[in-house]
Amino acid sequence: MQLHDIWFVLIAVLWTGYFFLEGFDFGIGVLTKVLARDRTERRVLINTIGPVWDGNEVWLISAAGATFAAFPDWYASLFSGFYLPLLLILVCLIVRGVAFEFRAKRPEERWQRNWEHAIFWTSLLPAVVWGLLFANLVHGMAIDAHGDYVGGLGDVVNQYSLLGGAVTLLLFTFHGAVFAALKTVGDIRVRARRLAGTLGAATVAAVAGFLAWTQVDSGDAESLFAAAGAVTALVLAVGANGRGREGWSFALSGLAIVGLVATYFFTLFPDVMPSTLDPRWSLTVANASSSPYTLKIMTWCAGFATPLVLLYQGWTYWVFRKRIGTQHIAGGSGRPGASGTTVRAADAH
Amino acid sequence: MDLALAPDTLARWQFGITTVYHFLFVPLTISLAAITAGLETAWVRTENPKYLTATKFWGKLFLINIAMGVVTGIVQEFQFGMNWSDYSRFVGDVFGAPLAFEALIAFFFESTFVGLWIFGWDKLPKKIHLACIWMVSLGTILSAYFILAANSWMQHPTGYHIDKKTGRAELTDFLSVLTQNTAITQFAHTITASFLVGGAFVVGVAAFHLARKKHIPVMRTSLRLGLITVVIAGLLTAVSGDQLGKVMFKQQPMKMASAEALWDGASPAPFSIFAYGDVAKGHNTVELEIPGLLSFLAHDDFSSHVPGINDVNKAEQHQFGPGDYRPNIPVAYWGFRWMIGFGMASFALGMLGLWLTRKKFMLPARLRTGPDEVPHLVLFRNKVLHPKLARWYWLAAAWTMTFPMIAMSWGWIFTENGRQPWVVYGVLRTSDAVSPGVSQGEVLTSLIVFTLLYAILAVVEFKLMVKYVKAGPPELTESDLNPPTRIGGDREEADADRPMAFSY
Repeated sequence: MQLHDIWFVLIAVLWTGYFFLEGFDFGIGVLTKVLARDRTERRVLINTIGPVWDGNEVWLISAAGATFAAFPDWYASLFSGFYLPLLLILVCLIVRGVAFEFRAKRPEERWQRNWEHAIFWTSLLPAVVWGLLFANLVHGMAIDAHGDYVGGLGDVVNQYSLLGGAVTLLLFTFHGAVFAALKTVGDIRVRARRLAGTLGAATVAAVAGFLAWTQVDSGDAESLFAAAGAVTALVLAVGANGRGREGWSFALSGLAIVGLVATYFFTLFPDVMPSTLDPRWSLTVANASSSPYTLKIMTWCAGFATPLVLLYQGWTYWVFRKRIGTQHIAGGSGRPGASGTTVRAADAH
Repeated sequence: MDLALAPDTLARWQFGITTVYHFLFVPLTISLAAITAGLETAWVRTENPKYLTATKFWGKLFLINIAMGVVTGIVQEFQFGMNWSDYSRFVGDVFGAPLAFEALIAFFFESTFVGLWIFGWDKLPKKIHLACIWMVSLGTILSAYFILAANSWMQHPTGYHIDKKTGRAELTDFLSVLTQNTAITQFAHTITASFLVGGAFVVGVAAFHLARKKHIPVMRTSLRLGLITVVIAGLLTAVSGDQLGKVMFKQQPMKMASAEALWDGASPAPFSIFAYGDVAKGHNTVELEIPGLLSFLAHDDFSSHVPGINDVNKAEQHQFGPGDYRPNIPVAYWGFRWMIGFGMASFALGMLGLWLTRKKFMLPARLRTGPDEVPHLVLFRNKVLHPKLARWYWLAAAWTMTFPMIAMSWGWIFTENGRQPWVVYGVLRTSDAVSPGVSQGEVLTSLIVFTLLYAILAVVEFKLMVKYVKAGPPELTESDLNPPTRIGGDREEADADRPMAFSY
């Protein structure tokens, strides 16, 4: 195994981390309109990811940064090739981040409602577009000899990639629902579980269908293994959810995401961006990677940083392990300095 | 193709707009993180609630600001690949590494611990909560370092070779990329300037409240902290700027000649105060100068030769082939002046403020004020400043609170424009760096989308900042004053249904 193979695996790990973590963030965003019945319930949902969504999103920044450093040609072709879809994702991520932070900063009904619409749409759209992009990536794109995408926007949208988009949307929403069941208390918890059950069947069907298509289209033995694992984990997740085993259900739906991303990357390898025009123009782990010296430095960095990140991010989840319900949401926020019993700092001293 | 709409022109406009915009938030985030951390440290150590109130107030403004900084930062990382794919292919082996380091080491730190800090008031013992904001601060500073090391490599490529087989730049010495003098001086200049930005902001906001005699204890403390920050940071910004200038005179003589509109070399070379010139003919028609000062800025003596724009252009034509190697000279010239002018105006106002509000030094006892009073402004011994003049000072401090931010923006416009026509100085031209596969229509679309979105968000953010600035510090609650002693919050059954201290 050469360094660029290791880096292929590490890039896969970073994307897995991203979809596992931001997967339920997107799901929660979608559920604010599907599951929540009123403003307080929406706030309960938003606050289940409040302390962690920002850290979760850094997995994307790291995946992009690491791709730039370890596979410059891949990074260049991927990001310029998916120009407009990535523009859409960027706009969503910008508005979404701001929406979380700014929504509760003013008390006006309209202000809060607008940001809530924003949270829903900017969670739903990236959830679809990421799946759409990865389906195109796995299938191969019209890449010319220089590594540039020469197809149009229309070529990116086809039956296969739309199914891919539906898969990530459903899977992330399911993942979000089981996360909500795990993190909330009260009525909303019961309904989250019920909704996960309803979503479960559709999600299993979509995931199984997409993975079977992928397998026929461009799969190999390893991808078959990963795909089978993904579907099995998802079925078990639905089952665990039905029996009220919330922790298991969440872990297994996460495992299904791991399986999905593994299928993408097993299918790709040793290509990183297959060309549909001429196989000789495909970008591969060998021809798209950085020099061994750069890869070595990057390996040291990742070897040091990644376990540390897992450690302190894991700790964050432990700190915020308590379930939250409507009773934990203080009313009337959005006024600077608002809260219950107050004492004036200056007077107290 | 029409030059104004050429893909590389559009991509440059987009990069310029999104980067300058992003960098409005960066310096304030860096400095407010440290200032908030400092105030929380004071609270933990002294248990004086004044410091906790101040922490909450500045922390809130910090959070509104960092939210914008974070989301606009994602664009930065994507657009190298989206708009500058040939740049990414050519330099990724070198340039990608510091960016990946930034994400893996600094940005994870910053984003994870900021979540802990925001939501952790009732979940973490106060010392651990304090550690979180220091982690955030460390993250912001490390982040700046890696990004500036990457940018410095574009200003002065080092530690690489052009590989014969692949035809691209490949890394040979990562340590020299991280520690070259360009990176060190640029880091020093940017970080100190960031604290000038934060200091002036704190002074401005505090002055606003003190002029209205509101929130006096907290704002008095904040004012002093801000003034000291402005004076120290301002001084260090000037010193590091002088160092960076000397480095640039050696590494990019064209940039510095353009900064001075010095068309033809001179020994000794004068420092220009005002110039109006003819770029096509390559000379100034009006100029006002200080003799010898430029030689001093470049080489520490008043007589050395400093090459002019026309000389460097000829030398580069000789070295790299025919072409025009001059950046946009009016932008470089005025960018340099606005940078220094706005930055130093704020520094001077800070020095004046520190003197006017001195506590004991050369101040008679009867003029000293208590912690609940607005400090007297005393210019000369024994005499309080006339109320009208005092009001003028407070207003001036409030109205100039964004001066260093303006200076910073011009500094970046100057340094990035001054490197043109190169994207990597002497190695890769900007026009060769743009994405060949991205159409004019696509770039135009994203340029318009980003500009509109950023404009809307600027209005939203500005209004929110003003609202929270005007509202002043929050009132502390009982639970604010009694943080938990165990991680995850104290486990008392009675408290199980207590609302969260902070929720979105």
